[in-house]
Amino acid sequence: MTATYDLPDAGTGGTAAGTGSVVLDVDGLSVDIRTPQGVVRAVDGVSFGARRGETIALLGESGCGKSMTAQAIVGLLAPVADVSAGEVRLDGTDLVTASRKQRRALAGPEIAIVFQDALTALNPVYTVGYQLAEPFRIHRGMSRKQARTEAIALMKRVGIPEPESRVDNYPHQFSGGMRQRLLIAIAVALSPTVLLADEPTTALDVTVQAQIMQLLTDLRSERDMAVVLITHDLALVSEQADRVVVMYAGTVVEQGPVGEVFGRPRHPYTKGLLDSVPAGATRGSDLRSIGGSPPELQDIPAACVYQDRCPLVQDICRTERPAPRHVGTDHASACHFSEEVSR
Amino acid sequence: MLTFLRKRALTSLLPLLLVLLGVFVLARLTGNPASLYLPESATPAQRAAFTERNGFDDPIWRQLLDYLGGVLQFDFGTSLRTGEAASTMALRAFPATLQLAAATMIIAIVLAVVIGSWAAYRPNSIADRISSFLSMTAASVPDFWIAIMGIYLFAVVLGVLPTSGTNAGALSWILPVATLAIRPVGVLTQVVRGAMVSALSAPYVRLARSTGAGDVRVVTHQALRNAAAPALTVAGDLTVGLVNGAVVVETIFGWPGIGKLMIDSIVGRDFAVLQAAVLLTAISIFVLNVLIDLGYALLDARVREKAKA
Repeated sequence: MTATYDLPDAGTGGTAAGTGSVVLDVDGLSVDIRTPQGVVRAVDGVSFGARRGETIALLGESGCGKSMTAQAIVGLLAPVADVSAGEVRLDGTDLVTASRKQRRALAGPEIAIVFQDALTALNPVYTVGYQLAEPFRIHRGMSRKQARTEAIALMKRVGIPEPESRVDNYPHQFSGGMRQRLLIAIAVALSPTVLLADEPTTALDVTVQAQIMQLLTDLRSERDMAVVLITHDLALVSEQADRVVVMYAGTVVEQGPVGEVFGRPRHPYTKGLLDSVPAGATRGSDLRSIGGSPPELQDIPAACVYQDRCPLVQDICRTERPAPRHVGTDHASACHFSEEVSR
Repeated sequence: MLTFLRKRALTSLLPLLLVLLGVFVLARLTGNPASLYLPESATPAQRAAFTERNGFDDPIWRQLLDYLGGVLQFDFGTSLRTGEAASTMALRAFPATLQLAAATMIIAIVLAVVIGSWAAYRPNSIADRISSFLSMTAASVPDFWIAIMGIYLFAVVLGVLPTSGTNAGALSWILPVATLAIRPVGVLTQVVRGAMVSALSAPYVRLARSTGAGDVRVVTHQALRNAAAPALTVAGDLTVGLVNGAVVVETIFGWPGIGKLMIDSIVGRDFAVLQAAVLLTAISIFVLNVLIDLGYALLDARVREKAKA
């Protein structure tokens, strides 16, 4: 049931960015959730890799397991969820089997995450300066004063005006966009190798979205980080990401360079997603959408996860789960009929 | 800030007046002090003289106006028992109650924060269940029963602690403080646990963890301050309860505080002293509530802003 997919060697990607070494290697990651009705698998054998200087997008609808994959990677799963299989190698260290102490030492300087909801993610009763200073105090053992200086520099770097006076303000005194910048600042404080961003712009309006994404891209280049962007936004992926990992019902259905995957999708789900974008439709034509809805976690089929909504479904799809297969350089699809998916 | 204090002081005047009125009337329902202060053989003439000397023969509204007139000049009357100024006696007794309440609350807060945080750390764990059971029990046990059992066990059977009084130094504090603290510890532990459970599952705690904050740091540097506001509300109520509830415990342990003074004044129909003691207690509760509000503002910038607006 667990599919593993070995990432092709670095440097073979079709894009200019992301030619660095693979620093985050997720291999067969599965996450189980304990529910009153029994154990369900929310993430099933997810594999992908991220390179320095590259943005890789985890794309999928809500409930597809992309956020849970991110939480499992950074070790912040809810108490009812557990990693049941797989490895998450960060520069060679497996985070799944690492001790809590080891993981704490890596959280911040090596791997960090930007959360979605900037209003609740910041602590309402502490100044932003205090919260920005925490990573420096925890990992560098800095004094309050030193860490405050670092916090001000960081605020300046993420584009917060008048950082010297605003450092003593509280989160509610900042706008949504500024709060998101603060979250990014906390995440990049110690220049991590891998930066995960869980829907970092979902709560923001479009102009602010673009600024935030630009900031993330700039920081990625400047600090040579691997960025894992978790999103449901196809446009964002095509603009920002070098590679895309398409997830459906807890599994990876397709992954590869964004241009290739979006240009010639090799999984019917990816194709369905792309077809439902109204941008390509001509005036007067119907908007297309994928019929049906994703399965509930307890109803995910043992064979192909997409069988119930797939236009290409055959008997084999109901009996056998397709393993990810190479369909191009650095491009893989988990479909029995990947050759027949066309745009 | 000053506006806030002035407003609070003004709005508390009416409640204070009503308290005073209530005590004044109720006290006089207990009967004429003359029958307590004069020997049984006193002649009607002697009784009349005593009653007149102390103004108890005036109509009650007259007595009240006289009293309030005195209060406006900080004259709270004199004690029938000792002839001292009632205000002096109340002020002399008050520190003993305050010390007892302070010692009790310090112990209660420390225990509640430690046990409550610990229980909240792993909700529904064995440790959590044990602490829930114990705190529930502690919150439900009546203090007079604890006091009597404590005296019986530690003072009578084991003989390690004094039965009452303040003559044994630190030892004399143990039973009264323990008795007073049991309920606050129980109630406060449950409040701290509840507030910490929600604080520890808040997104900002996840953020702190994502930057490598350990278990202890997450509690001390993130969650505790958020959990402090609800705990402060309840701690304030409990402290008010301590100042009031001191009546029982101070009487049982012969603690020379305001509670014991009240009881002695009631028994001795020492109206002026009773009124002064109740008024002082009411004022201290008002001051305490102001302190709690200032505490909120200190904990949370959003409260400060709202207060300014």
